[in-house]
Amino acid sequence: MVQNAQNLSSAPNPANGNGKSVVIDCNITELYYGKFKAVRDTRIPIERNRITAFIGPSGCGKSTVLRCLNRMNDLVRGFRFEGHVHFQGADIYHPSIDPVAVRRYIGMVFQQPNPFAMSIYRNVAFGLKLNGYKGDREERVKRALCAAALWDEVKDKLHTSALSLSGGQQQRLCIARAIATEPEVLLMDEPCSALDPIATRRIEELMLELKESYTIAIVTHNLQQAQRVADKTGFLYVDTTQGGRTGYLVEFGLTKQLFEDPKEKHTQDYIHGRFS
Amino acid sequence: MQKIVPANIRDIQDGPRKSISRPPTFIEKHCNSVFGWATYFFAWLTVLLVLYIVCIIAIQAAPAIRDYGLGFITGTTWDANTHQYGVLPEIWGTMYSSLLALVIGSLFGVAVAVFLSEHFLSSFVFSIEKLFGVQFHSFWGKLPDKFEQILKNLIELLAAIPSVVYGLWGIFFVIPLIRPVCDWLNTNLGWIPIFNTTLSGPGMLPASIVLAIMILPTVSAISLNALLAVPPKLREASYGLGATRWETILAILIPTASKGIFGSIILAFGRALGETMALAMLVGNANVISWSLFSPANTLAALLANNFPEAGPKEVGVLMFAALILLAITLFVNMIGAFILQKASTPNEGAR
Amino acid sequence: MTDIVTSVPVPSNKIDSDIVIDSGELEKSLRRPRTAFNYIMSSLTTLVTIIALIPLFSVVLMLVVRGGQRLSLGLFTQLPPAAFEHGGGFGNAIVGTLVMVGVAALISVPFGILSATYLAEVAPYSRLSNVVRMCGKILTGFPSILAGVFAYGSVVLVTGGFSAIAGGIALSILMLPTVILTAEEAIHMVPAKIREAALGMGATQMQTVWMVLLPTAFPGILTGVMLAVARAAGETAPLLFTALFSNYWLISGGRLDLMQPTSSLAVLIYNFSAMPFQNQIELAWAAALILVLVVLTVNLIGQSLSRK
Repeated sequence: MVQNAQNLSSAPNPANGNGKSVVIDCNITELYYGKFKAVRDTRIPIERNRITAFIGPSGCGKSTVLRCLNRMNDLVRGFRFEGHVHFQGADIYHPSIDPVAVRRYIGMVFQQPNPFAMSIYRNVAFGLKLNGYKGDREERVKRALCAAALWDEVKDKLHTSALSLSGGQQQRLCIARAIATEPEVLLMDEPCSALDPIATRRIEELMLELKESYTIAIVTHNLQQAQRVADKTGFLYVDTTQGGRTGYLVEFGLTKQLFEDPKEKHTQDYIHGRFS
Repeated sequence: MQKIVPANIRDIQDGPRKSISRPPTFIEKHCNSVFGWATYFFAWLTVLLVLYIVCIIAIQAAPAIRDYGLGFITGTTWDANTHQYGVLPEIWGTMYSSLLALVIGSLFGVAVAVFLSEHFLSSFVFSIEKLFGVQFHSFWGKLPDKFEQILKNLIELLAAIPSVVYGLWGIFFVIPLIRPVCDWLNTNLGWIPIFNTTLSGPGMLPASIVLAIMILPTVSAISLNALLAVPPKLREASYGLGATRWETILAILIPTASKGIFGSIILAFGRALGETMALAMLVGNANVISWSLFSPANTLAALLANNFPEAGPKEVGVLMFAALILLAITLFVNMIGAFILQKASTPNEGAR
Repeated sequence: MTDIVTSVPVPSNKIDSDIVIDSGELEKSLRRPRTAFNYIMSSLTTLVTIIALIPLFSVVLMLVVRGGQRLSLGLFTQLPPAAFEHGGGFGNAIVGTLVMVGVAALISVPFGILSATYLAEVAPYSRLSNVVRMCGKILTGFPSILAGVFAYGSVVLVTGGFSAIAGGIALSILMLPTVILTAEEAIHMVPAKIREAALGMGATQMQTVWMVLLPTAFPGILTGVMLAVARAAGETAPLLFTALFSNYWLISGGRLDLMQPTSSLAVLIYNFSAMPFQNQIELAWAAALILVLVVLTVNLIGQSLSRK
C-alpha cells in the first residue's frame, strides 16, 4: 500500500517541462449514485501545466466527474464507478490505493469558500500539519498566500479569524490552503460562482498565474470564463433519452477550436445559447 | 485584462517548486483505524450499558422474584422482620401522585405554551409601549421580544432547580400554605372520599403539587415546539373566516399540535413516575392505599430511596424487584411518549 | 355633513345590495359571548402563566432569606455539626460534590463524545446508530434513582462498601445521554462544506474529526457538558445509597481516598431537612442556596455558550 502511494509521488515530475504529458487520464464508463446513473462515457485527459475546463448545463455531471478525480465521491453513499482514473500512470481506484493519499496529491477548491473557523495562518498551515512538514512553516504559508495574491491584504492580520475575510478573500484563502503543500493537480469546482465580478476576475488572474506551476482542472458554468482561462475544454451534456438524467461528454478539444468551430450540434447550440 | 496580482509573486514563484505532499504515514493510518474502532466500540458500549443496567437489576432481583412472584405486586405489607413484602401501596401511590401531578402540570404547562406561542406577553408589552408612543424606539422597541425570551428562560429554570431543593421548599412552604385550606375542606366536605382524612404534614397533595411544578417545564417546552410548528397559513385561514383568537387556538392550533402536546404529557408522566426526592421528602412514606388527597402514601422510588441505605442482603433482592417494576413502568411509558412524539414530528394532514 | 346626506336621493344604507349590515355589529363589545369568551380565556392564560412562575420566585426568595442568613466563610471550611452542636458547615460536602461530579464527567465526557462522533460522523445512517440514539433517549428518561440502584448492584456490592467512585459512576449514567445527544447535534451542525474541505485536503477521518469538527463544534459540546454537569450536581437520589454520607473530609492523611463514604451537598440537604434541630435545618437552607447558585450559574453559562 505504501509502495503504491509512493509511486504516485515518484513519477516523473519535470517542474516546468513538457506541457504535453497527461497527468490524469480520466475514463468514466458508468457512474452511479445508488440506482441513479449520473455519468456515462466520459474520457478526459488532463495535461500538465494546462487549464482544463468542464462546461455544460447544470445537472450534466461535470462536478461529479471532477470529484472522481480525487475520490471525493467516495464520501457519497451509494457511489459506484466503472472505468478508470489514472494519475501519473497509477490507477487511483485500485483497491490498494488509499483515497486519503490521493487527495493529498490532488488538491481541491470548492464552490463555496470553506475556510475553517480558525486563524488565517492556521488555515494555510493546515495542509502542512497534515503532511507532517518539518521545515519553515511560516515561509511556506507566506509563499502560498503570495501565490494566491492574498499576502498583501492579510499580512498584518495573519492570526485573526479567517471568517472575517470577504467572500473573494476567503476563496483565495482556500486556494492558498490548497496550494500550500504544492500538490500536483488543483481541482476547482465552480470556484467563482459565489463571488462578485471583481473577485471573479482576481481568481481568473490567479489561475493563469498558477498554471505555470500547477495542473488545473476547473468546472464552470460561465462560458466566458472558460474562454478566458482554459487551454482545453470539455463539453458535457445531459442525456434524457434513457429515462434518467445521465451526463456524458459530447466534445473535448482546444478551447479556441471548441468555441469557434464546434463539431457537434449540441455544442453549437449550447455555446450559442440556443437551449430552451 | 489588467494585472491585479502583486509583482512580488513572481520572485517567490521562481524558486524550484517542491511538493511536500506525502501519503498518510503508518502511524496516521493506524491511529485512524484505531479511532474508527474506538468510536464503534463506544457506540456499542452505550447499547451494552443499557442492557447491562437492566441485567444487573434483573439478576439481583431474581431470588426475590422466585420467592415472592406475583404476590409481591399484590401484597400490601412491607415488614422486614416477618419477611413479608408487597408493593401494591407503592404502585398505587406512584400512579396516583403522578396522575394528579400530570393533571395539574399539563394544564399549566399547556397554558404556558399557548401563552408563549401566541406572543401574549410581547403584544401586551407592545400595547403598553404604544400608550407612550415608544413602540419603535431603538431600545424600547426591542423590549417585547426580550421579555418573552426572559419568560421562556424562567420557565426553563424551573427545570434546573434540583429536586431536593424543591423538596425542602415543599416542606417549609407548600405544606404550611395549603394546610388551612385542606383542614377546611376536610371539615366541610369530608364526606367526599378525596377529602376524608386530615393533612398531618406530608401527604399526597403537597407531593403532587411539587411534582407538578417539576414536570411543568417538560410539558411547556415540548408543547411550545409543537404549537410553533403549526403552519401559519392554518392560523391565517381561521382568522380570515372571522374566528376570534381563542376560537382559533381551541379549534385549530391545539388540535393540530395535539400529537406533540400528548407526547409531551406522556413524557412528563414518565418523569413524574421516576421522580424520587420530592416524593421521598413530601409524601409521608406510609404503606397506605387511600383515595384521600391528604393522606400520607408511598411511591416505588421513595421506597427505594428510604430502604436501600440500610438494607440487609435479603432486603436488597426485594428492593431490586421493586426497582425492576419501576424500570418496567417508566420504560414502557417513555417508549410510548417517544413513539408519539416521533409520529408527531412527521408531517401530518394539517401541515401539508 | 347632514346637508350633504339629505341631498343624496338614495339613503346611504341601501346600496344595490340586499344584505344590510348594521354597523353596530362590527363594533367591539364584551356583551357578545364570543368576545367575552375570548377575553376571559386570555386573562385566564395570563393568570395561569403568572401562577406557574410563583414557585420559581418563591423558591429563590426563600433560599435567599433562609439560606442567606447563615451564609459565612465558615460554611466552606467546617464539618457538619453533631446533633445538638451549634455552628458548623459543610466544606466536606462541597468537596464531595465536586469530586463525584468530576469523576462522573471524566467517565461520561470522553465516552459520550466518542459515541457521538460515531453517530454524527463515522456511520450516521447505520442500524447501530439508530439503536444507540434510541438508547440515548431511554437513558434520558431513566429515573435517577435507578442509576443509583445500578451503581449499588454493580459497584457497592462488588467493592463491598459505599464510595465516591460508586457515586460518580451513578452520576455518569445520568450525564451520558445529555452529552451524547448534544454532542451529536453539535457535530452534525458543522457545515458539510467545512468537513469536505478537510477531507479534500487529504485528512484522514480522525484528523478531520480531531482538527476540524471537534474544534468547530466545541461550543455546542461544551453546552451539553455544562447542562449535564448542572444536572448531576443537583442529583440526590443516585447518591443516597452509593456515596451515602459522611461527616468527615474526603481527604484523609493528605491523600484523596475515593473508596469511602462521601458526603455531597444534595444528600446533606435531604438528611438535614428531616432533622428536628433548628441548626441543621438552617444549614440545609444554606446548602440549598449554594447548590442552586452553582447549578443555575453552570446552566446559564452553558445556555449562553450555545446562543453565540
